[in-house]
Amino acid sequence: MSDSASRLSIVELQKDYRSGKRSPAEAVNDIIDSIQSRDEKLGAYISFDPEAALKEAEASDVNLPLGGVPIAIKDLINVEGQPCTCASRFLDSSYTSTYDATVITKLRRAGAIPLGRTNMDEFAMGSSSENSGLKPSANPWDIERVPGGSSGGSAICVASDTAIAALGSDTGGSIRQPASFCGCVGLKPTYGRVSRYGLVAFASSLDQIGPITKTSQDAALLLSVISGGDPRDSTALDADVPDYSNSLSGDVKGLRVGLPKEYFTSGIDPGVKTCIDDAISHLEKLGAEIVEVSLPHTEYAVATYYIIATAEASANLARFDGVRYGNRATSHDGILDHYRLSRAAGFGDEVKRRIILGTYVLSSGYNDAYYVRAQKVRTLIRNDFATAFSEVDVIVSPTAPTTAFKAGEKSSDPLQMYLADIFTIAANLAGICGASTPCGTVQSDTGTALPVGLQILGPHLSEGTVLRITDAFEKTTDWHRQRPPSQ
Amino acid sequence: MDNDKIDVNYVADLARLQLTDEEVERFSSQLNDIIGYVRQLEGLDVTGIEAMAHATPVYDIMRADESRPGNGTQCALANAPEKSTDQFRVTRVVES
Repeated sequence: MSDSASRLSIVELQKDYRSGKRSPAEAVNDIIDSIQSRDEKLGAYISFDPEAALKEAEASDVNLPLGGVPIAIKDLINVEGQPCTCASRFLDSSYTSTYDATVITKLRRAGAIPLGRTNMDEFAMGSSSENSGLKPSANPWDIERVPGGSSGGSAICVASDTAIAALGSDTGGSIRQPASFCGCVGLKPTYGRVSRYGLVAFASSLDQIGPITKTSQDAALLLSVISGGDPRDSTALDADVPDYSNSLSGDVKGLRVGLPKEYFTSGIDPGVKTCIDDAISHLEKLGAEIVEVSLPHTEYAVATYYIIATAEASANLARFDGVRYGNRATSHDGILDHYRLSRAAGFGDEVKRRIILGTYVLSSGYNDAYYVRAQKVRTLIRNDFATAFSEVDVIVSPTAPTTAFKAGEKSSDPLQMYLADIFTIAANLAGICGASTPCGTVQSDTGTALPVGLQILGPHLSEGTVLRITDAFEKTTDWHRQRPPSQ
Repeated sequence: MDNDKIDVNYVADLARLQLTDEEVERFSSQLNDIIGYVRQLEGLDVTGIEAMAHATPVYDIMRADESRPGNGTQCALANAPEKSTDQFRVTRVVES
């Protein structure tokens, strides 16, 4: 176990490959062993195909940018020949992808091996992964607690060393918040930086695919591979893709770091606040200049998000009609009943709630009052960031107001669950990029250490700057190297 | 809209979702809480503010008007719960 490849970062694994210390097949075998021995109680994976991964490992070229590197894939990204359940009963066991998402095509071209499909909130709707329709999951730091969500499985497997790195998706914090709760690095790219072709859509104007990794170096490597324009996604930006690894100079001197005064008023757990204050002091010691900024419409972000995201979801999920794929009711009274029953049996509570809320805010008589108004407030929120970024290079905050909460603590009160996304949601509304990196731990009431994430937000296409800061932080601290106690 | 409560049965019907009585009761209470919360946007003056549909400008992307292979019929039908004669089988929509 101590020498298992599953413990390594991408950079460390590549070093071993290139020095001949390990082969990709050995590494894949190590990861399969780690999944088989440790994932049962954590529930990071919904499925994995050891034979296919081993076959790819044996044929891999370790000199490619990600040659022979296994990457776990959130189970809403299509990989040809594999299931893509979206953690929904609607698609479970009945759907096999017939094509690769663009990010998978790009990963394959770079030599990477998709290995394992990770657990999540159903259709990415949730902040705890408790809404998985297929299996429960647990935070590796304390199995009584949630891993965060919606990309919970991707964060668990990276934190618990049952993966080298993973892809997740982030619609309102679904990469950054589980990364924070599990003690990993998570990056939400700028809207359009990464193609969404082959990502099962939740809220199309907010969704982005991004990496969950053990280090910012690994996030930079993955981002360099998966970014870029795509003729199959008109929202994918054609902007040049730099080698993000070159941005990681370790030098943050003179960078202006903004602290939004609205984020530091109340509602942050005192232990989290202490970690963030220490992290900000640390950045200052590294030479960053700390400046107070204002994001005056912060208090409206969660409300705006839950109107826009559910409206888009209600339209996107209309495709699940039980005709072309997925669950089909066998006994029904005509076409409308066919739709109603197929969908009722396939979707879980949170998906139903969001479809109903989204349908309501778009319905005749309410559209202007809710949806159009929310789109206008979205403009105000984007303008807040534009103003702030005219004064500072990045904005810093906690990724989440608390550490991982207990399973069941918020699941009966959806509104309380939504409010946990307060620091991450605005970035999706504004389309900007952001990352979370571990910056401390807080002791829980039962004595377990729980990770805290530091969030760095940057303007459109400033991933290089954001990763430069998280990387500089990691080079001078060891929070990202800490592992859950049972590992 | 001050006294508006969501009619969950009506909206679920629009969304093609069959709900149990228990779900209607539970969702009504939860959704009214959420709607009460999101109505805080009513307090904000948005006069003259442009509605934003996308975070970045979205353009039509053109490509040459040339035929190219698609995924094909069998691929499209691969996951169909019911199919016949190379087509999706749908539920009857006209009265017999």
